[in-house]
Amino acid sequence: MLRYIYANELSQFPVLQASMHRDRAVQFSERLKWAVTVDEMGWERDEYDDMNPLYVIWANPDGTHGGSMRFLPTTERTMVNDHFAELLNGEDIRSPFIWECTRFCLGQKSTPRVAAAMMLAGGELMRAFSLTHLLGVFDPRMVRIYSMIGASPEILGSAGEGRDKISVGLWPFRAEDRVKVLRRAGLSSEISEHWFNRSFGRSVQELQKAA
Amino acid sequence: MLELDQFLQALEQADALEQIHDLTVGLRDQFQIDHVVYHWVSADGEQYGFGTYDPAWAQRYSEKEYLRIDPVIVGCFQRFDPVDWKKLDWSSKAAQAFRKDAIAHGVGNQGFSIPIRGPNGQLALLTASHTTDDESWAEFMEAHQREWILIAHYLNQKALQLEKGRTPEPVRALSPRETDALTYLGMGYSRGQVADLLNISEHTLRAYIESARFKLGALNTTHAVARAITEGLIVVGGAARAAAGGWPGREEGDKIAKSAAG
Repeated sequence: MLRYIYANELSQFPVLQASMHRDRAVQFSERLKWAVTVDEMGWERDEYDDMNPLYVIWANPDGTHGGSMRFLPTTERTMVNDHFAELLNGEDIRSPFIWECTRFCLGQKSTPRVAAAMMLAGGELMRAFSLTHLLGVFDPRMVRIYSMIGASPEILGSAGEGRDKISVGLWPFRAEDRVKVLRRAGLSSEISEHWFNRSFGRSVQELQKAA
Repeated sequence: MLELDQFLQALEQADALEQIHDLTVGLRDQFQIDHVVYHWVSADGEQYGFGTYDPAWAQRYSEKEYLRIDPVIVGCFQRFDPVDWKKLDWSSKAAQAFRKDAIAHGVGNQGFSIPIRGPNGQLALLTASHTTDDESWAEFMEAHQREWILIAHYLNQKALQLEKGRTPEPVRALSPRETDALTYLGMGYSRGQVADLLNISEHTLRAYIESARFKLGALNTTHAVARAITEGLIVVGGAARAAAGGWPGREEGDKIAKSAAG
């Protein structure tokens, strides 16, 4: 299932939290050999995890991490503007309607369906909060995965070659993508909305019952 | 949108913190809702606010130290997504008593708050509240979310600017792409033509326009172009065309301009 969780609530899901940071260590440190920090618990974390970002996490049936990404509004400090300005030729993108999406990570046993579910979640955030774009940082494997599920970003700039390549790109919000991504993820519209509402507050019906 | 333009003009001209109050009154009247409130809170509980609530309620809120239990404050701290009050946790006894008291003081049974995070755990909130049913409130939020998010940011920037000792984000210069995009739009090219001139997709062009609009404190693209011209950030018209050395995509642009005119 999909969960939308702010960092300050993540410790309520200790298994999910630990397995996400460990999967991030595997993907970004071991596999991609990015210069990231892995702590003594084997967690990959950086300064943006300390800025109370919003995570979207696919939770496996056993409660472990299946996939995740991390969001911060571009009206605040962001990784793209801090570290990847040269990939953008000095452009700094700032808008409450453009959120940065970084550390897109898939668990080691995750299927393309999980990747599609993550894309779905990105679309749900855009739809719910009037976002026009997500601004992302990603590796070549992710570019292939995105294109496979029919949700390719528009690349604004890249650095490095082969597996060391790192890119910055934009996903625009396109309402028509939702049906396609739902199908790829093998999920219904209702369940996606249910997961979203569960994360962002109780449903209207529940509130009426409580009143 | 005309009235919102007037709001932005008034916002721009405001030079005292107290004028934020008049601006909230203007917003309330324009959106025809019960109340509009701007509320600023620091992590250690310092607060100030301006809005249309009954002063007796503001007084009571402070005396009763409602800040500690107000689900809107508690629920919005550290977040950056717009919040429908219904989605907050009102289950505690204290929260339910607070809600009853708020409604008795005319706050309304519905609310919508835009949180903006500042440095050191600061929180600024722009809130709309009203007395109505769930369905019409959902319609209101859906219809106006975008405007309210922009208004919240611009109002907050102004309040930070006017409040001593709280530095707002410095006004950011437009990036090269943003400057190009607004220049071409200012010359009357369509979005499709501008995207072609910049060799990017229309979707990506929109990101640069959104970013430029935000940096300029504008509600829409026309306003952003006008502001960029006023501020001298872009030059459109005869001066640009006559400039020596040609500007990017000039020949292409002339062709398009002709066909657009015809």
